[in-house]
Amino acid sequence: MLDLNHDMATTMENEQTPGAGDEDICLEVRGLNLYYDDTQALENISLPIPRKQVTAFIGPSGCGKSTLLRCFNRMNDLVDSARIEGSILLDGEDIYAPGVQVAQLRQRVGMVFQKPNPFPKSIYENVAYGLRLQGVKSRRVLDEVVEKALRGAALWDEVKDRLHENALGMSGGQQQRLVIARAIAVEPEVLLLDEPASALDPISTLKIEELIDELKERYTIVIVTHNMQQAARVSDQTAFMYMGKLIERGPTDTIFTNPREKMTEDYITGRYG
Amino acid sequence: MREDFGGWVKSGKPWIWLNAAAVSASLIMVVGLLGLIAVNGLGHFWPSALWDMQYRMPDGKVQRLIGEIADRERTTLERLREAGMSVKAYGDVVDIERLLLKTGNRDVSGLDFRWINAPDILSRDTPGNLVALERTEWGNFYGFIRDIREGGELIAEDEAAWHELKPRLERVQEIRKRIRTLERDEIGAINYRLEQLRLDRRRLELDGEDTPEALAAIERKRKELEAAFTALQKNLEARYREIRRDAITMEAMGGERVSIPLANIVRAWRPNAMGLFDKTGFYLAKLWGFVSEDPREANTEGGIFPAIFGTVMMVLLMSLLVTPFGVVAAVYLREYATQGPLTRLIRIAVNNLAGVPSIVYGVFGLGFFVYFLGGNIDQLFFPEALPAPTFGTPGLMWASLTLALLTVPVVIVATEEGLSRIPRSIREGSLALGATKAETLWRTVLPMASPAMMTGVILAVARAAGEVAPLMLVGVVKLAPALPLDGNAPFIHLDRKFMHLGFHIYDVGFQSPNVEAARPLVYATALLLVLVIVALNLTAISIRNRLRERYRTLDH
Repeated sequence: MLDLNHDMATTMENEQTPGAGDEDICLEVRGLNLYYDDTQALENISLPIPRKQVTAFIGPSGCGKSTLLRCFNRMNDLVDSARIEGSILLDGEDIYAPGVQVAQLRQRVGMVFQKPNPFPKSIYENVAYGLRLQGVKSRRVLDEVVEKALRGAALWDEVKDRLHENALGMSGGQQQRLVIARAIAVEPEVLLLDEPASALDPISTLKIEELIDELKERYTIVIVTHNMQQAARVSDQTAFMYMGKLIERGPTDTIFTNPREKMTEDYITGRYG
Repeated sequence: MREDFGGWVKSGKPWIWLNAAAVSASLIMVVGLLGLIAVNGLGHFWPSALWDMQYRMPDGKVQRLIGEIADRERTTLERLREAGMSVKAYGDVVDIERLLLKTGNRDVSGLDFRWINAPDILSRDTPGNLVALERTEWGNFYGFIRDIREGGELIAEDEAAWHELKPRLERVQEIRKRIRTLERDEIGAINYRLEQLRLDRRRLELDGEDTPEALAAIERKRKELEAAFTALQKNLEARYREIRRDAITMEAMGGERVSIPLANIVRAWRPNAMGLFDKTGFYLAKLWGFVSEDPREANTEGGIFPAIFGTVMMVLLMSLLVTPFGVVAAVYLREYATQGPLTRLIRIAVNNLAGVPSIVYGVFGLGFFVYFLGGNIDQLFFPEALPAPTFGTPGLMWASLTLALLTVPVVIVATEEGLSRIPRSIREGSLALGATKAETLWRTVLPMASPAMMTGVILAVARAAGEVAPLMLVGVVKLAPALPLDGNAPFIHLDRKFMHLGFHIYDVGFQSPNVEAARPLVYATALLLVLVIVALNLTAISIRNRLRERYRTLDH
């Protein structure tokens, strides 16, 4: 019953394309298939991700939304068994084309993980990490960028007096905002958030959500979330995935109030998942 | 409810008792071992009483014996009879006490230890004016001071001579120090430079660049050095004349009068007249002498400083060699190599390497490092010294390398363990910021794994510092003429042979001409070896703890 054949998905995609056409597209996925050895994890995914908006991926566990997210900065390269077909265009250029420098790509597409993962260094050094990688040595530049990034992540006021203390002494919510600061310090175009609030308490979650709202002014944000309310609160676009397939995508309001697919409606109303 | 036996077994209490017993037994063994070594080793330096005895010899004659009691035991008459002694005089007893008397005076009486039977001691006393002398040769001398002479002229007699002795001994010690500096440092430096000049000249000849000008320059330098050498030699002779000025006359236990030049005396003391305070001071001075002086008299007297120095330097050098080597190997195995049957095989091989007997490494070190590598280095870089080998002979460098090879598996295993414990999320965090794999390794993973590396180094140090067998083949000697570190450029002489505490124990204990005199030193050296290893380990552990504190991993 839940099985969906390719033709249907493609037809659906074609119907939607005219609507998205006049938007400024930052990332575009085209016919993406991903296999782990013989198992197919993503099936023929195609979708555009509009610039300076928040796009949320929702769906039940194991539906491939994190896998898809990790395709955007080629994190799946680290998995030896993963194999990819199709293409992803960042500003019109295929990031899977031969000769693409993965490290440079990841500077343009930053990522924040589910669990806060600060390095066991000082708060300052955590934020400066990306810049040091790029060879920035000037103390003045580093100071400026660190302050700007921490302000951007709404963390500056809390940590400005203990910049040189170990980052592992911070609370979970602060750590997660530090990791966001670390990601935006290198000025990426896209920010990938992989369930950024799932390990946090409600107050920290609220802060992260407020932060996402501010960040979309400057960055294209793609967020994976388990939490339907969160997707409804923070995102502009929502994509629903199931069993490695993209079932439906569209403006968040439409998806949540008037989904086209029965499956989407069932999931959103909590009938399975 | 009453607890029956079955319930007692079920409750696990016997198991707890068994565990506690095993722990206690281990603790008792360790403490006992250290205690035995410490008591036997440290007791040696205490100034024990000097006895003046009338002793009935087996032939019935009465003889005077002077000495310290070094050991005592009970022996059955049966055994004495079997050894051919007459035991009638002892009456109807099963065993008697026998004392080991250190009578010193090896130059007078030929032997300095003798076993005596306690019942044959007719009288014994500890006269306050008995003098013990520690000499630079022939071991200790025990007796009475009779007079002191300066250049043959009588200065003082008996008690006055003892009071005269102290300031004169201090003077001699000053001169001895000066002679030592002259011989070892100044003349040693000139000899070293003369040898360098000889090698320079030989090198020029070999390269065909021995132009008359170059040779003349070398000859000129050689002349300068030789002039300096002659001057120093004259100075040295004058010092030797000075140091030989005074002498004392001692009366030994047999009544013989012996003239002993002050130049041969290291210390003089009257143990029977010393209070506890004096004795403690003397004890500490002896102990300090033991750790800070060079050995004398085939290692049975004096200190063990060169052995301590050699051990520490060898271990430090080994750590410097083994750490980068082991870490790089572990990083490749864990981070870059494709995990498969081959890496598994390599891992098994590495683990088994740790189990190869150390003497096998010694043989390998001698064959590969010393003869092959060293021989080739000599051919390539030191042809001027041939046929005398420079690196083609056992030395500090090869000993450290051999031990590094011996301990590298430990470092590899510990580092791999540490690398595997770095959370994946940390690596991904770094990669996601645009770091390459190598940058991630250098900036984040390796620093975080550094406590694990230090654990490997600690284990390596513990193993290497106690190793003796391979060292005997690749660089350790009984007596090294010079330390591997000195004031002559290039300051660190990796080609030199060195002394080692472990080998020193073996040498003093089993290769010594004077077993009784050496035995306490075996214990004292063993204690020092343990202390040195503990000190090295504690240093490494404190470094590790500091690193741990710095790179605390995520604990949630």
